Amino acid sequence: MLKKRLIACLIIKDGQIVQSKHFSEFLVVGNAIMAVEHFNAWAIDEIILLDINREKNYDFFRPDVNYDNTLTDFDQLIKYVSKKSFVPLCAGGGIRSVEDIRRYIKMGADKITINTVAIETPEIITEGAKVFGSQCIVISIDAKRQTDGTHKVMKGFGKIDTGMDVVGWAKKVEELGAGEIFLTSIDEDGSMRGYDIALVKTVASAVDIPVIASGGVGDWKHLVEGIKEGGASAVSVGNKFHFTEHSTMHAKNFMKQNGIEVR
Amino acid sequence: MIAIIDYGMGNLQSVANILDYIGEKNIITNKTKEIELADKLILPGVGAFGEAMENLKKLGLVEVLSNEVMEVKKPFLGICLGMQLLADKSYEIGEHNGLGFIKGEVKKLTPEGDEYRIPHIGWNDVEPQRECVLYGNDMSPKICYFVHSFHFDCENKEDITGVTDYGGKFVCSLERGNIMATQFHPEKSQKDGIEMMRKFVKY
Repeated sequence: MLKKRLIACLIIKDGQIVQSKHFSEFLVVGNAIMAVEHFNAWAIDEIILLDINREKNYDFFRPDVNYDNTLTDFDQLIKYVSKKSFVPLCAGGGIRSVEDIRRYIKMGADKITINTVAIETPEIITEGAKVFGSQCIVISIDAKRQTDGTHKVMKGFGKIDTGMDVVGWAKKVEELGAGEIFLTSIDEDGSMRGYDIALVKTVASAVDIPVIASGGVGDWKHLVEGIKEGGASAVSVGNKFHFTEHSTMHAKNFMKQNGIEVR
Repeated sequence: MIAIIDYGMGNLQSVANILDYIGEKNIITNKTKEIELADKLILPGVGAFGEAMENLKKLGLVEVLSNEVMEVKKPFLGICLGMQLLADKSYEIGEHNGLGFIKGEVKKLTPEGDEYRIPHIGWNDVEPQRECVLYGNDMSPKICYFVHSFHFDCENKEDITGVTDYGGKFVCSLERGNIMATQFHPEKSQKDGIEMMRKFVKY
């Protein structure tokens, strides 16, 4: 039976892992290299690396942990992670063209995720799927709740309202050839209150491709809700993993105890 | 030395990474000479069947592979699309002839039940069907990573070494003499995958 996936999402800014809150506050919580070493030893099923840096000031070095400062950019980080982790690796952030996708894959990513560029030039989805296969193209959708309960698609780090309805856009990207949808609630991001279940549910029931729920996990029970109530194929955790020792193992055990098939 | 065949499809680096981890020398290549010199061959790949065959032809790899795999009988491992390419024919976006090393056809997955999404993405159980190189004599289920929409409909049942259930069972691994193949990605299947790669390296 197909297992539900537990995904670690690492948001990288200036070479460090940051905690994100509503896409606006970023707190440095750790060193990317160290995190990866841990995740591989643990029970994580997949890793998403998101580069939110646009200034290209990289600093992977942490004087307190004595790691080499040999990684100079995000490409190098992808390469490093892919050498250390034998689970699928998805990389995103800053992709503007099929050439960028090719570069990330060459560095060792198995999949890529795109957001703003897919909204501005949707053809990249079809072209990317044609060249690399649909499974490689993960469309990241940042959703903002409206007063009437529907959700709008935001772009540019969740700052610009596209005016598009999330369900309509999700169906559109599936039609264009996307392999998966990485669905983040801007409202719940960093809230610790759990996923926006209504959002996950409407999108997961509207499309046939897998939906990854993201944004808001503060308790392992939220993972169970995302899958059982939301109908997500995978659940992504960002912030919570950074603070708890052996957290992936605990998360998996909790899911298993609640009747979810996991690896 | 293992040659990882480079024909422009998918993430070859992952396969090199796991071989590095195991400590096995490897080279990513599409050069005839290097393929001939290698002890073992791996044909990875993700993407569309038709384009993959076109690339193999363009690079002159069909002849080299036919010779090295079918005549010289070098240990060979096909992964994902690399497994499907072994078939006689595929029905992915039209109809395409494959390498024809193992009798069978590649068809779209047709799971029974609404809950099954296509592509089949994620970790699923691999049920060994018989003793073989990749599983040894360990018949316990493995958990491996899959990403595909098509499957290999194998003609000779004795070639089948593993099946997976996704709204109906499909063939997830094959072995015929020196030819081995997996629909799943051992290079992305953490400990179970590492174990299989070790067995292939030792074979």
